[in-house]
Amino acid sequence: MPKITFIQPDGTEQTVEIAIGWSVMEGAVRSLVPGIDADCGGACACATCHVYVDPAWAAALPARSEMEETMLDFAQDARPNSRLSCQLRVTSDMDGLVVRVPTSQH
Amino acid sequence: MPEQIVIIGAGQAGVQAVQSLRAEGYTGAITMIGDEAYPPYQRPPLSKAYLLGSFARERLFLKPDAFYREAGCELILNTVVTAINRAAKKVTLGDGRTLSYDKLLLATGTRVRKLSCPGAELAGVHYLRDIADVDGLQNVFKAGTRIAIVGGGYIGLEVAAVGAKRGLDVTVFETADRLMARAVSKPVSTFFAEEHAAAGVKLNLNTSVEAFEGKEKIEGVRAGGIVHPADLVLVGIGVVPNDMLARESGLACQDGVIVDQNAMTADPSVFAAGDCTRHVGREGVEIRLECVQNAIDQAKHAALAMLGRPKTYSEVPWFWSDQYDLKLQIAGLARPTDQLVLRGDPKARKFAVFHLRDGAVAAVEAVNAAPEYLTGRKMIADHIKVLPEKLADLSIPMKQIAQG
Ligand SMILES: Cc1cc2nc3c(=O)[nH]c(=O)nc-3n(C[C@H](O)[C@H](O)[C@H](O)COP(=O)(O)OP(=O)(O)OC[C@H]3O[C@@H](n4cnc5c(N)ncnc54)[C@H](O)[C@@H]3O)c2cc1C
Ligand code: FES
Repeated sequence: MPKITFIQPDGTEQTVEIAIGWSVMEGAVRSLVPGIDADCGGACACATCHVYVDPAWAAALPARSEMEETMLDFAQDARPNSRLSCQLRVTSDMDGLVVRVPTSQH
Repeated sequence: MPEQIVIIGAGQAGVQAVQSLRAEGYTGAITMIGDEAYPPYQRPPLSKAYLLGSFARERLFLKPDAFYREAGCELILNTVVTAINRAAKKVTLGDGRTLSYDKLLLATGTRVRKLSCPGAELAGVHYLRDIADVDGLQNVFKAGTRIAIVGGGYIGLEVAAVGAKRGLDVTVFETADRLMARAVSKPVSTFFAEEHAAAGVKLNLNTSVEAFEGKEKIEGVRAGGIVHPADLVLVGIGVVPNDMLARESGLACQDGVIVDQNAMTADPSVFAAGDCTRHVGREGVEIRLECVQNAIDQAKHAALAMLGRPKTYSEVPWFWSDQYDLKLQIAGLARPTDQLVLRGDPKARKFAVFHLRDGAVAAVEAVNAAPEYLTGRKMIADHIKVLPEKLADLSIPMKQIAQG
């Protein structure tokens, strides 16, 4: 299973294995990664699963959908490397992916 | 601060309350009791990806088991709460145990409304509310099977879409003259009727089911005086709130447990959240909502109120439904008197219907149109006024329209 690393605002790192086909958000929730609230359960409606993708990875990921793009317009402190982790489907290419969790999701 | 919080019902609202109570700094005991065999799970996929078979069961669960351990929440499953004694501040469980509470949250959801027509007890008549229901349906949900769906609402139509995709022979019966009549506007009903017809689903509008026919097992559905052969029936005619416990304990109920804008009942120790409640909505009108948004947001407010920090619940309701490759997303509460504005072309399978009230956006229904839905939702929350011509003009991006 691909391993994905979450870095908290305080620098704490947590690497979790996520099954192919699951979303990064689902893997984070399953492993109790703090700061990924995922209120809407992946319906792309809450933006509480916001993460910053490591710049080295940003280009390697599939582009944002129109839905994700619009949702991020409303997210706190969105940046060019912002993603909604519920919209990132894990593939074998994503082994080693590093994402940062924002200070607040609200 | 309370020291003993008891939550009745282990579903979407219950688990949100656990999460919010801990996030808000509550350190006392939490016990959550549920009568299903499973820890809290998401229901929306049940009639969508899970029925289609493209979504593993373990993905349904809202939290891993470790969440309850770490949150110090005692989860009692497979157990029904049979009574609330408000004077003694105790609840009684089906196994005879009693639990004391300082604060009690009712998060009991709804149950399906049953049909009572002749033949309603025949084998092969299914309902869809929980995992067990889908598992039962799954066994007989096979290509070539003739399925009769009673009710052209969300659940019925989502099952129709999955059925058509999986090669079942699907017929829908709906009493009203259009699909999803309670929930969407006419243009959206019409659009979905065309999509279902194109997928081979037979729609019978203005048609009430009179009886189910068959010896032991369902063989046909009598509707409009005609017997339509069927191997299987799925009834999706709505739900009724689980408010009996509250009612029996003397709390005011009227098609739902009555709560104020802080999710509090008339008893300062008893709160309620989710599908089982009737509350005064943001527009000042009493409503009962059946959606994930309400379960989540109302549970958050209930948690705050239980901790003595009430905050008025006024979030905009939102909802979605997946049928085929169509994502229908709705925000706000429409009224029949609203002015409808169409943005985009249904033929393009990407459009939105806005509902204007006093010049401001009051609701939006969007089909495969995320910017319209999300921006619309924000405009509803902020009471943004907008000219209909502007809203209908696709050359003006939603971002710009949001400025009013
Ligand atoms: C098939 C289906 C599809 C849906 N699709 C969508 C969708 O696309 N979008 C959307 O927003 N919403 C959808 N919904 C609605 C959504 O699932 C509900 O609004 C949500 O689950 C409500 O959460 P709740 O916690 O109030 O109730 P529930 O999740 O129903 O949880 C209540 C729990 O309490 C238990 N309970 C009741 N009484 C007792 C008792 N006395 N003792 C112990 N336990 C008890 C019940 O068995 C249940 O497990 C769908 C629902 C269904 C059934
Ligand atoms: S979980 Fe809600 S937007 Fe990702």
